[in-house]
Amino acid sequence: MHSPALFQIVVLVTSAFFAAWTADFPGSDASVISEILEPVGIAVESSQSSAPPLHRQYGIDTGKIASAAARAPVNDITDPIVIPTSPPGNQHRETEPVSFEIVKWNWEHAHGPFLVAVWIMVASLAKILFHLSSKVTTVVPESCLLILLGLGLGGIVLAATNRTEYQLDPKMFFLFLLPPIVLDSGYFMPSRLFFDNIGTILMYAVVGTLWNSSATGLALWGIKQAGLMDEKVDAGLMDFLLFGSLISAVDPVAVLAVFEEVHVNETLFIIVFGESLLNDAVTVVLYKVFNTFVEMGSDKVRAVDYVKGVASFFVVSLGGTVVGLVFAFILALTTRFTKRARIIEPLFVFLLVYLSYLTAEIASLSSILAMTFCGLCCKKYVEANISQKSRTTVKYTMKTMASIAETIIFMFLGISAVDTSMWTWDSALVLFTLVFVFVFRAVGVILQTWVLNRFRLCPLDRIDQVMMSYGGLRGAVAFALVILLDKSKVKAKDYFVATTITVVFFTVMFQGLTIKPLVKWLKVKRSNQHKPTLNEELHERAFDHILAAVEDIAGHHGYHHWRDKWEHFDKKYLSQLLMRKSAYRIKDEIWDVYQKLNIRDAMSFVDQGGHVLSSAKLSLPSLPSRTSFSETSVTNLLRENGSGVCLDLQVIDTVRSGKDKEDTVMHHVLAGNLYKPRKRYQANYSRHFISADEQEWQDREVIQRNMRCRLESFRSTKHSVYQSKGKSRHKKSQKKHRSSDVNGEVPNGKPKRNISWQDTVPVVMTMDSEEEEEDNSEAEKEEDEGITFVARAADEVLLERKPSSESPSTRNYQLLSTALWCTQSSHKKTLSYCTLGVCQSPFLLPPSPTCAEKELPWKGDQGDLPACVSSETTKIVPIDLQQAWNQSISSLESLPSPPVSEAQQLQCRTLPPARLEERGAPAALARPLQDPRFQFPERAAAAGRSSEEDSTECIQQQELRPLMSPDKQPRPGPSTGSAGARWPVQFNRAARVSLLKNLVTASPYKGSGQTDL
Amino acid sequence: MGCNASTLAKIHNVDELILETGFSSSHICHLYNRFHSLDKDDKGLLNRDDFQNISELAVNPLGDRIINNFFPDRVDLIDFNSFARTLARFRPVENSPKKEPDSPEPINSRANKLKFAFQLYDQDKDGKISNNELLQVLRLMLGVQVTEEQLDNITDRTIQEADLDGDNAISFEEFKKSLEKVDVETVLSIRFL
Repeated sequence: MHSPALFQIVVLVTSAFFAAWTADFPGSDASVISEILEPVGIAVESSQSSAPPLHRQYGIDTGKIASAAARAPVNDITDPIVIPTSPPGNQHRETEPVSFEIVKWNWEHAHGPFLVAVWIMVASLAKILFHLSSKVTTVVPESCLLILLGLGLGGIVLAATNRTEYQLDPKMFFLFLLPPIVLDSGYFMPSRLFFDNIGTILMYAVVGTLWNSSATGLALWGIKQAGLMDEKVDAGLMDFLLFGSLISAVDPVAVLAVFEEVHVNETLFIIVFGESLLNDAVTVVLYKVFNTFVEMGSDKVRAVDYVKGVASFFVVSLGGTVVGLVFAFILALTTRFTKRARIIEPLFVFLLVYLSYLTAEIASLSSILAMTFCGLCCKKYVEANISQKSRTTVKYTMKTMASIAETIIFMFLGISAVDTSMWTWDSALVLFTLVFVFVFRAVGVILQTWVLNRFRLCPLDRIDQVMMSYGGLRGAVAFALVILLDKSKVKAKDYFVATTITVVFFTVMFQGLTIKPLVKWLKVKRSNQHKPTLNEELHERAFDHILAAVEDIAGHHGYHHWRDKWEHFDKKYLSQLLMRKSAYRIKDEIWDVYQKLNIRDAMSFVDQGGHVLSSAKLSLPSLPSRTSFSETSVTNLLRENGSGVCLDLQVIDTVRSGKDKEDTVMHHVLAGNLYKPRKRYQANYSRHFISADEQEWQDREVIQRNMRCRLESFRSTKHSVYQSKGKSRHKKSQKKHRSSDVNGEVPNGKPKRNISWQDTVPVVMTMDSEEEEEDNSEAEKEEDEGITFVARAADEVLLERKPSSESPSTRNYQLLSTALWCTQSSHKKTLSYCTLGVCQSPFLLPPSPTCAEKELPWKGDQGDLPACVSSETTKIVPIDLQQAWNQSISSLESLPSPPVSEAQQLQCRTLPPARLEERGAPAALARPLQDPRFQFPERAAAAGRSSEEDSTECIQQQELRPLMSPDKQPRPGPSTGSAGARWPVQFNRAARVSLLKNLVTASPYKGSGQTDL
Repeated sequence: MGCNASTLAKIHNVDELILETGFSSSHICHLYNRFHSLDKDDKGLLNRDDFQNISELAVNPLGDRIINNFFPDRVDLIDFNSFARTLARFRPVENSPKKEPDSPEPINSRANKLKFAFQLYDQDKDGKISNNELLQVLRLMLGVQVTEEQLDNITDRTIQEADLDGDNAISFEEFKKSLEKVDVETVLSIRFL
């Protein structure tokens, strides 16, 4: 388990990243090392595999080519147990090159990582296969299937080569396979729940494990003494105690694998799972102590050794915890300063937590404890510090790695079991072990629960106890530990291996299979996992305060008292120290929930936009009172996350590759045909930044604005519906007032829909990103309120932008906008494009964030709305969107300075797709000009007056749909300030490309002629 | 802690109190001692100042409101029985509820626990949490980290979420409904010694 070389590498990588982070140092070294690191780890497993002899002669000196850093640890940690299959001489046979070979077969060169990759792929494919049939996986836990698969694969390999090639190697297991799982479980452990039950968990983990191991060991020894066991099982008391210690520990991997699929209530889950994690300390100590005793010979063990053993327990457990806490502190502190090097944020999380694990291993402390506490404690601060993208990365990487590790563990458990050479069967030992393991677990649970229930607030009832006893699954940890035994010292190792494998298989397969029916049969309280509501979050927070206060008043310094104290301390000192100022400022759970809810609503709204219109009913997931939604557990949520309603906003903007292509096309068009402005052309490649905050922000903002558009139009439609029906709806008396509206309100009398632009800062048509679309309870607002495009120079936005204004993506857009400007100015004279100088009059129209979002528009029924199917997103978008758009355009006309023709020009630019492709509907476009201040609801009410209009609008709608898609908008760069023109142009990307092509490659007149003015 | 019959004897109507609150006599005894240690000038009654002298309560953002909840109907002094009755709401719920239809609702019932919490919000005691009342509590709990605007938004959203009858306020029924998925019996309980 000790791996100095590996540890050094990790330290090296960490320091490299620290260097990269402090000095913006090209991360090439670091990434190379990190790339190397992964194969190194798993190469351990594959180093046992033999290369086909045919190819071996072609082997090129592998060691020299592969980096020294990679090879060294491989040799170091190659397990002695593994049978060396390939004679070393063959490996480096130098062949004199007779002539030049066109193709060489370099199997030796990369066979290690290759095999690892193949194994992982097999495991992953198996996982896919299992989940193809939902029937199988609902009945049989995945772990069982994987073990069966492993057995099958092992059998095939055994039959083919007559030798067991692969098995679960303890070193690989402890160094590479276990950490991802522990990391995942520690990091995503519900900390509140965990600490609420910490007493119970500790009790089961410490006392329970002690009891289990000693009772099992002693009882087995008793059976042996009674002569019921085979004579050949050569084991004394110490051997049995050693065996008891390794067989008695509940295994986190197995528990997680099985309990994840059985959705028992959170308390039960956290107790069993927490126990399985925390009992590591006890297991490690007991195992080491008894192992030493066995190796010393039981007659030499003195009393002082027992004392040492007890002391060792405290050192191991507390030491492991302290290591974890120290690394958690370092990690939190580090992420506080990663603002300039966002790209390596996720790596820090993985590296430092892994370092904590390795450090604990090196110091022979409890590594699982270290990692669990590191993940558990750093999470709050890390999550606050790192960017949203990094958070997503961390989450998915962790889940992926844990899932793969789990898959491999179970598969290799199956494969290992095929290896008959290492185990010897003894029915009595196996049978009695099975019985004892089960019985003592149950007895232990009942006894401890009896004690605990005297102290617990909500006592654990009988069913809980049954589940706890039944959930005591043994797994790969026990197997790895038994493999690690020294055969020369522990004579009965083969018997123990066989027994362990049987116990593991029995618990995972039999108990895993039956636990679901048992849960159903016993009617165990299931987890009522539901999406958080703001009310719950808010009230539960209040409850915490109440309980703390009541405890204070009652003079009883209980758990709530100390938690209150801790939270106070955390708020006052720790968070200030470990969190970024900005993060600390906005860090609040209630606010978080609020934002999450809003985002979710927005996303689900977008996703089911079509259904809304067709069925006039929208289900809002976060408003359970209104609609019913199927309750899913977090696991299912995670599994389905990719396909279903996407809760994570950030996921969305990673899923567009098509846009990138268009981006490239456009870039080439521009780069090839446009004048290159001074200072504009800079290399925009950076290893450090995949995507700048700017773009991220832009995307979010665009989505938000689209949402807003839709919501507004929906709402307006509803107005009209109501109006036409003559219904008077209850109006909220309380109008919204915003004290912190930095830019003030639009003066009365002016239409509130404005497109305003700003000259001083590169923020154009910016929505306040903090505002959400549907957060307000006001049912109705002024009728004439349409879309508002707000240019809000919010401080935070500016702060976000300024540092990243030089980032490549921004530059792209700056380039684009500049290019557009160039084009524009080149056509200036003939086309009077200078009309865009309209914008020269600095419209710093005070934007009003209030008027944009007022209402959950789907509240109440909405009549039948005409809808158009947009081909691009296959979502149904209301026609009113188009109206809203027209309206917003029309608001341009209401601005004082631009003459109509200019506005038309502007409109042409703003609506390229519509204009370019749909020339037959000038009326529809002209109308807004005639009625610059039209009242939207009236229009909407009268929307049906002309079917022809409707159809054109329909077409327009289709054309415009891309405008509403989360598209980026070109941003005017600072250099355009010379002309003073800013144009908030929104383009459909494809249309933008074509337009630009037209503008650039074709004659300017042609380009303008298309706009049929 | 000096818990004996003589202490209990000093308490007015102790049997009735035990029956009503469900506290054991040792609980009562403990609470009585606590009551007297809070009662600085031995008047046998507690006023608000006595509560405010508890140093830990000073840092509790809802401290004042919670103290107020101990004083029903603008009474300024409470005796021990009233004190114990209020605290009894936070006793854990027994697992074996006696199913007697005509038995009075236990003082630590879910509804009573929620009522206590509800009263924290409902300052004007009109049986409804208005927008403004919720805003005040939020302001207390969230402190300076969140801007007024955000507070506004959260308040609106919260009310909208819980508001079923559209009166822009949360009634007690709606309050209960919004928390129906929460295990209030457990969450709003503390373990008394």
